[in-house]
Amino acid sequence: MSGANASLERRLHLKSGRVARYEAMFEIRSFEDRVQAMFFEGLVHGTTHTCQGQEAVSVGIAAAARPTDTVTCTYRGHGHALALGMPPLTVLAEIMGRRIGSVGGLGGSMHLCDTSVGLLPTFAIVGAGIPVAAGAALTAQVKGTDGAAIAIFGDGAANIGAFHEGLNLAAIWKLPAVFICENNQYGEYSAIHITTPVENIADRAASYGIPGEVVDGQDVETVEAAVAGALARARAGEGPTLLEMKTYRYAGHSRADTAPYRPEGEFDRWYERDPINTYRRRLIEDGELTEEEAEQIEARVAARIAAAETEASAADRATVEDMFTNIHAR
Amino acid sequence: MRKMRMNQAIAAALADEMRDNPDVVMFGEDIAVAEGPFKTSAGLLNEFGPSRVRDTPISEMGFLGAAVGAASTGLRPVIEIMFIEFIGVALDQLVTEAAKFHYLSRGTVTVLLTVRGSIGAGLGFGCQHSQTLESWMYSTPGVKLAVASGAHNAYGLLRSAIRDDNPVVFLEPRALYAKREPVQRGEEGIVPLGEAATVREGSDVTVVALGAMVPAALQAAEAAPWSAEVIDLQTLVPYDKEALAESVSKTGRLVTVEENPLTGGWGGEITAFVTGDLFSDLKAPPVRITCPDIHVPYGKELEQRYMPGPDYISGQIGALLDTGTRPPHWWESREVMA
Ligand SMILES: Cc1ncc(C[n+]2csc(CCOP(=O)(O)OP(=O)(O)O)c2C)c(N)n1
Ligand SMILES: [Mg+2]
Repeated sequence: MSGANASLERRLHLKSGRVARYEAMFEIRSFEDRVQAMFFEGLVHGTTHTCQGQEAVSVGIAAAARPTDTVTCTYRGHGHALALGMPPLTVLAEIMGRRIGSVGGLGGSMHLCDTSVGLLPTFAIVGAGIPVAAGAALTAQVKGTDGAAIAIFGDGAANIGAFHEGLNLAAIWKLPAVFICENNQYGEYSAIHITTPVENIADRAASYGIPGEVVDGQDVETVEAAVAGALARARAGEGPTLLEMKTYRYAGHSRADTAPYRPEGEFDRWYERDPINTYRRRLIEDGELTEEEAEQIEARVAARIAAAETEASAADRATVEDMFTNIHAR
Repeated sequence: MRKMRMNQAIAAALADEMRDNPDVVMFGEDIAVAEGPFKTSAGLLNEFGPSRVRDTPISEMGFLGAAVGAASTGLRPVIEIMFIEFIGVALDQLVTEAAKFHYLSRGTVTVLLTVRGSIGAGLGFGCQHSQTLESWMYSTPGVKLAVASGAHNAYGLLRSAIRDDNPVVFLEPRALYAKREPVQRGEEGIVPLGEAATVREGSDVTVVALGAMVPAALQAAEAAPWSAEVIDLQTLVPYDKEALAESVSKTGRLVTVEENPLTGGWGGEITAFVTGDLFSDLKAPPVRITCPDIHVPYGKELEQRYMPGPDYISGQIGALLDTGTRPPHWWESREVMA
């Protein structure tokens, strides 16, 4: 796979079936593990926010959405980018500051973009992508396309003004938008219950008169079904939905964080329902995958990521001239 | 004097003010239990308790606004904006509310507020987490603005900011948090707002810098064959006109060193003041050393190129002294812009 359509091809492949969803989740996990290690090894400077544990959310959304739908997401965006179709090479090269990266190496880990699969530049300001998704949904509404927009944000973002203003606006204008809160239990170093007085962020949908639904974010098919339902509603002109994906962030908030604030046993409890292990077991039980096939897929993914690293490492870094490009549209 | 890292000096200033004045309270994201993403509030929750040292949700408009309210009714809040960019979602509360309360109350309301924020490039955080953004705030009457250039004045300026009866924005170059420097604690360590510091005396040229550009300018000056007087502005609003005038009337040359895009940078204001008021003292055109009008790039080498470094500063000043004319900015050369 290469060239401008690589992302689209990968996205179509994801839609091909359950095994493809498994592969996509496994790819994200392997990618994030390697990225985290690269930062620790000092191969990349700066910071990064990885999403191990949240793979089912990324893959479920990408499987349900169309490549023509617009997506806004956060700095914790590698998994969403890969699931939406971006090849590991383009994402990794961006993280490594290489010209073949998705933003030419000028953006870095927090700033990925691929409009061929609907991904606007990912947002490093908490909440900023929420009203922007409402605006993308407005475009679809005004132009009369059957497009929709999806905002992906964290639990912490549900406490910022942009969340409330964005949802309210989308509600009164009945915009074809789906607001997806990835509740990974923490905003930076603070557990959700310290900063947020309600048990379920989905309950806040009631304030805007829109449906809100709590979803098991550790099950890729449950995620996909919930997103598909909300998208159908959006495309039918019935307005936005708020979905809350209950999930868990395995790593610390960012590179420097070892998550010492996590209560004893919490990680283990979540890991029992690891989205990748459970799905692998299920596919084998259902006879859609053999142990041997699973291992082949895993080896293929490992090779793909190793190859991406080799290629990205050898690629040219962004140049001084590059810094001066695309400041204004011509 | 004990050596401290700049983040430790900030925590020390906060602790000393909190000990002196029970009205001083603090809040921000992950500043209490986690002691701050940059460890600038180490020990404070422990010493002063959860009523005075509070974690907030990710709600800058909410907690900056709450700080304005508390600051107008008798508390002296110090709030932390983790990266200065995040003030974007809360700017109204500072520039349109807090800045105007004193005026709109015929002087009966004072806003005893300090807004701390980390600034600057150099750590690979990308273009939404690396700006300095003084320019968003320095043309707001009613707000004071100070910038630390190391542990010593971080301690002294922050204590002054907290004591000041105006809303004060206090900016902390992130790249300097880990740098160690001797710090004078206590009353003798206080650095008044509005006073520049002459950090190096010299006779050929006055080099005015702020924040992380102060150590860069000093390094350039120390290695150079010419004699530069380096002034750390420390407070940008109000800036120390007397210190500038005194120095420029002696050296006859002005150079500003700024970690911000050329357009709209504070150096333009300083240059206009010096050119207008000290025109006949000038032996050469004032020179501004800044970043280009582009976004902060991501890669390490590019980021270093983006910011004025000691070698570039020294080259520009040397060229000014040699030619008596303004040397071109590095990006004005043809290869770069082609
Ligand atoms: C307006 C704003 N405030 C603060 C931050 C710093 N910050 C970055 S991520 C983060 C935590 C966000 O938590 P959450 O929304 O739950 O997303 P998660 O990181 O868990 O994916 C914070 C406070 C920011 N980027 N933008
Ligand atoms: Mg979270």
